[in-house]
Amino acid sequence: MRLLYFAWVRERIGKTEETVDLPAHVRTGADLLAWLKTRGEEYDHALERPDVIRLAMDQMHIRQDETIAEAREIALFPPMTGG
Amino acid sequence: MTAIPITIRVQAEPFDSEAEVASLTAGRTDVGAVVTFQGLCRSEGGSLAALELEHYPGMAEAEIRRVAEAAAARWPVLGLAAIHRHGKIAPGAPIVLVVATSSHRQAAFEAAAFLMDFLKTRAPFWKKEHHADGREGGWVDARETDDAAAARWGGNDA
Repeated sequence: MRLLYFAWVRERIGKTEETVDLPAHVRTGADLLAWLKTRGEEYDHALERPDVIRLAMDQMHIRQDETIAEAREIALFPPMTGG
Repeated sequence: MTAIPITIRVQAEPFDSEAEVASLTAGRTDVGAVVTFQGLCRSEGGSLAALELEHYPGMAEAEIRRVAEAAAARWPVLGLAAIHRHGKIAPGAPIVLVVATSSHRQAAFEAAAFLMDFLKTRAPFWKKEHHADGREGGWVDARETDDAAAARWGGNDA
């Protein structure tokens, strides 16, 4: 699965994107955030408040409790500040 | 499906608001109202050297289009345009343009406001500040007032 990071999530993790193989127990967006937090200090720092992280699956907003099993691409980012 | 013209663009370069209005009004006589909104970069009292706009290419355009389609379904608008810039933007320079056309003013006013309100809370853009004194700027925090502005339109419109 392709993961994309934006804004301060990108800066803290230190990369713009990566491809990962998800463990079988990762089914929802919240599962993904919990798993990513265990992958190193930079992830733990970026995701220290998982409740504020927004998710998009294949370029559509999703809630953290939605399943990501069929996703090709998941993006993680802070609340949006455009306009 | 809506048959009205909807122009959505995300670009680094400045936009030409008169050209966008002309593209929605040229050669037609049913448009009685044109509302344009432009959002500009503020200097915040001189402390800000620039804003840097990051976006999610592909989703940014798609999300603005979803909001525009929702506006077109809700009001009898005749055309919509939304153009959002990315990259470094200096104080005084434009960031975003929304144009709504309709036969009567109410639809154009409301559709333009709706489009801006949901663009701010749903389109994947993030602003980073660059300070005039050279200090490293931070990411702009999302504002609860923006969420409230979007919420006033009710449930699941966009």
